[in-house]
Formats: sequence, C-alpha cells, structure tokens
Amino acid sequence: MEIRIERVEKDFGDYPALRDVNLTIAPGELVALLGPSGSGKTTLLRAIAGLSNPDRGRILFDSEDATTLSVQERRVGFVFQNYALFKHLTVADNIAYGLKVRPRRSRPSRAEIAARAAELLEFVQLDGLGARYPAQLSGGQRQRVALARALAIEPRVLLLDEPFGALDARVRKDLRRWLREVHRQTGLTTVFVTHDQDEAMELADRVVVLDKGRIEQIGTPDELYDRPASPFVLSFVGEALALPVQVADGKVIFQGKELHVSSENLRNGPARVYFRPADIALHGGQIGALEGRVEAVRRTAAGLRASISIPGYDQTVEVDTVDRAGTTLGSSVPLSLNNVRIFSTAAEETLGDGAGI
Amino acid sequence: MSAAAPVANKKARSFTAPSVIPGFRATFGFTIFYLSLVVLFPLSLLIFRASSLGLSGLYGIAVEPRVAAALRTSFFISFAAAAIDVVFGLITAWVLTRYEFPGRRFLDAIVDLPFALPTAVAGIALAALYAPNGWLGEPLADYDIKIAYTRWGILVALVFVGLPFVVRTVQPLLAEIDAELEEASATLGASRAQTVWRVLLPPILPALLTGFALAFARSVGEYGSVIFIAGNLAYISEIAPLLIIVKLEQFDYAGATGIATIMLAISFSVLLAINLIQAWSQKRFGHV
Repeated sequence: MEIRIERVEKDFGDYPALRDVNLTIAPGELVALLGPSGSGKTTLLRAIAGLSNPDRGRILFDSEDATTLSVQERRVGFVFQNYALFKHLTVADNIAYGLKVRPRRSRPSRAEIAARAAELLEFVQLDGLGARYPAQLSGGQRQRVALARALAIEPRVLLLDEPFGALDARVRKDLRRWLREVHRQTGLTTVFVTHDQDEAMELADRVVVLDKGRIEQIGTPDELYDRPASPFVLSFVGEALALPVQVADGKVIFQGKELHVSSENLRNGPARVYFRPADIALHGGQIGALEGRVEAVRRTAAGLRASISIPGYDQTVEVDTVDRAGTTLGSSVPLSLNNVRIFSTAAEETLGDGAGI
Repeated sequence: MSAAAPVANKKARSFTAPSVIPGFRATFGFTIFYLSLVVLFPLSLLIFRASSLGLSGLYGIAVEPRVAAALRTSFFISFAAAAIDVVFGLITAWVLTRYEFPGRRFLDAIVDLPFALPTAVAGIALAALYAPNGWLGEPLADYDIKIAYTRWGILVALVFVGLPFVVRTVQPLLAEIDAELEEASATLGASRAQTVWRVLLPPILPALLTGFALAFARSVGEYGSVIFIAGNLAYISEIAPLLIIVKLEQFDYAGATGIATIMLAISFSVLLAINLIQAWSQKRFGHV
C-alpha cells in the first residue's frame, strides 16, 4: 500500500515537532526515518499509525484519507521500541490478541486463531515458545514476538519505532538482517524509525533524514552519501570534517590562503568546506595551500596513520599513508582533499563558535 | 505460639536459602517477637478464654438468634461494602493516576481522610447527613428511601471507611502501566473497552484483591462510624462488634469472648481464601 504524507505539521505547545512534511512511500518499499532525538521522526511515525494526529495536512493510504480513520481502523502493524508486550499473556496469546479482539462476525474460530499464532511463531523462529510469558524471553525474542503480534492482524503497513534500540549490538545485527528478510517475504510497505545511520543505510531502500521537524533529504543510501543536500545530512550520515572558510568573489579563502574549490552559487561571507576523513591524503595537489603538522604517527596493519593538525582548525585529522619519511613528527606536510562540498554558513552561526579558529 | 520463635531461629540456617544480605537472624527474630507480643499473644489469650466454652458452647453462642443475626449483618454488609469499594476505588485510582487536572493533588489527599478521621466523627457526620431531617436524608425520604438507622446506613459507613484501602493498593500499579500497552492494544484493533478489560485490568487484579481484603477486614472490625448511623436494632442493624460491647456491659464475658472468637475464625478464613485467590492471580497475571 502506498503512504502519501501531504504538508503535515504538528506542534507540541510552541515547539514545532513537524514542519511541512511531504513524503510518498511506494508500495512494498522499506523506508527509514533517520534523525537525532527531537527531530520529529517518531512523531511522524505515530502520525502515520494514528496514535497522534497531525495539526495540519493529510496522510493518505493509497487514495483513502487515513487522517479521518481511528487507530483501530487503520490496520497498521506497529512495533514499539520497548516491545509493549502484554506481560500477563503468554507469547501465543500475545500474538493472537489482535485476532481475538475482532468483532464476532469477522473473528476467526478458536482453532484458526491458534493455527495462525503457531504459524507466526514459526515465521519469527520461536516455535515451541508459545506457552512462555514475555518475562521468560530475551530481548531479541521479545522483539520478534512484538513483530509477530503486529503481523497477525495482516496489517496494510508495518511501522517500527526504533525496533532495535534496546538490544545489544550483536543481536541488533542479526535482527537487522532478519527484518530485511521479513520485509522481502511479506512485501509489506515498511517504515522504521532509527537514530543509527548505519542501521538506516544498511536496511532501507530509501532514507528520510529529519532534523528539527523538517525533512532535510530523501534519498537512497548512495544519494545520501554521495550527494548530501545539506551540511546537516553530510555530518549526520557518516563522519565529516568542516573547515571554516571565507568566500569572497568566487574565491575560497582558508587562513588567508586560497583553496581551489569550486564556489559557484555561493554568496560572499563565511562558509564551510566539508570532506570525509577518507578523502584527505598526504600529498600536495590541485587544492592549493592546505598544510598540516604531523602530531603523531602510529603503525597500523596496512601502513601508517598520522594525526595531523591544521592551523585554524581545532580537530586533528587522521590520515593513512605508507610514506614513513614524509611523516616525521613535527614536520609540515601538504594535504590534498577530494570530494569536498562547500556550504554557506547560516547567518546566525558565525564562524568563530562551532569551528573554533 | 510464642514458643515458635527460638525454634525457628535455631533452624534459620537450614530453612532459608543462603543470602549475602546480612541481618536475617536479627530481623526475623524481631518480626516473630513483635508479632507474638502484639498480635498472637492477645489473640491466643482470647482463644484460651473461649476454650473454656468448648466447641459446643461456641456453637450455642453462634446459633443464638441475636448473635447469628449480628454476625450475618457484619459479614455480609462488610463483603458488600468491600465489593463497592473495589469498583469506586478503582475508578478513583484511575482518575488520580491517568489524568492531569487542576486539584488532582488535593483530591489525592482527600482519599486518605477516612484513615485520619476518628471514625466516630465520620459516623456522626454521616448520621446527620442521612437522618430523615438531614441534607440527604430529607430528599431521599420523599422517595421512601431510608438510609440512616437501617442496614443501608451500615453499608454507607463501611464503604466510607474502606475506600482508601482499595485506592492506595491499586494506585501504584495503575501508575506503572505503560501507555504504550494501551497504544499497542489499539493498533491491534481493540476497542477502548477491550483494552481496559484485557490489558489494563488483569495486571492489577492481585492489587484489587488485596484492596478488597483490606477493606473487608477493616469493615468487619469497624465500630465507631457504624454505631452512630446504624440505629443498632437487634436482629436488624446490630453489628457483631456492638453485640460484644453489649455482652460486656452485661458482664457476660464468656458470651463476648465467644462472639469474638467466632468473628476471628470467620475473618481468618475469609482472608485466607482471598490470599489464596490472590496468590493464584499473581501467578496467572503477575508476570512482570
């Protein structure tokens, strides 16, 4: 089923939790809502589920306006971060819950419900544990039960709120792979919320990056890595370093010297040059006058790793090299940058504070 | 009974699982000593006194029409009052834990008033309110409903004194139930009533039973508030504790101890039964 979100907005008091959110999720797509805490990702997911209604805008399921439907009518499978399993019910009863509460005429028979629960238990690889209580299961197993319970109602979409947030790293990795498999087998339109960019990138067909209630970028993992639309996306998705520079008449100036970086479409004034740690190398290049000082050198399996400080930049940069002679401690080395991106600094943040000269 | 203490202490090592938390001997010894001195010793005296009556003597007292009527009045009305308290106490606890509204803390404090008030004061106030010329009694009398000086009066007084027990036992558990459980239930298609019945009530059932037991126990023993509103008509609205006083005033000490012992036996069995049900429900619904 297709989910279309049109100009959705929501305020919590004076605080805008969602601002002008537009998003279309194709049938069968697996989409991640990615952002830091407070970015509105969970609010958006809950709005899709009907657990909270947007103040403005519409949410469409196919062509049906879902905003007018109650939670019960929407038939969404929702998986909560802390599982929200019913502790007084067995695993099998938890899974069967959504079927048992159906009105009499659409409720399957007892035997059918039991069969369906058993089938789902097998699907989530927990066969034989139906008689246990949630307290007797591990975190990963509980999350599977929560998913089986959500699938039992044959939902039109599957929504997961930080599904792996409460699990340890190893289990999380297994469950990720497994969720991908579940998605492939069910073919359900699936939306999950995460603050972990690795998780979003590994799992999702498309990732929606949110910040401060606004969508910053929608794209495939490739697009987000290779063509980030804003400094926020660039630094949130993967590590990034930012040099504070000045743009003046098409020239990019760092520490009084020009960097040969394309600066088209940039207004004069403060800006930042962004690059990934992997895109810095230890030799002179076309970029111009960027120099650093070798602060430390360590041996790694592949060669050497040098910590280099750049005058005018407050963080040291780690660079891999094999050139032992060129990296004596305290020496000055030329640096080259690839794949740099330059964004004007927003008016309110002046150069001094974040970048620290 | 008090002889159990030293024996238990000597065996303490063997009948408890080894624990790294020190102090078992001291605290267990104190518990047994205290229970013996304050609870078991007076009660065993009572049973000792009653034993001079013999079982047949006790039975004779129990089937005395006036005594039987008083016991029935006490236990049936206490049971009914505790049942009503469970319903209203649950609703009160629900409102206090689930919603934010102005005056919530004030209302919360009011719940405890029946604990704090001398029950005689409550009884007089209730009697004045429900008397045929009282604020509530007068309009009710127009419909031929009499509360004060009838069994209904006893019920009203007992509901009053028992309510905080239910509210205070249920409240912490209700507060603990995560809103996500209700949301999960709703996304699975359950109506609000189904959510309340299938998700919210089962986990608090053990606490409700505890509240019921406490309210019931309190009601059976209640004296002060009841005698002012009950009218105390023999065979109709006379409660067992009052009858004990009456017997004492007539210097019928054997009769008084007899009634007391019978009350003790019935109360103990009812509380034991409730505790067993509660243990079962804890096992059935208490998985946390």
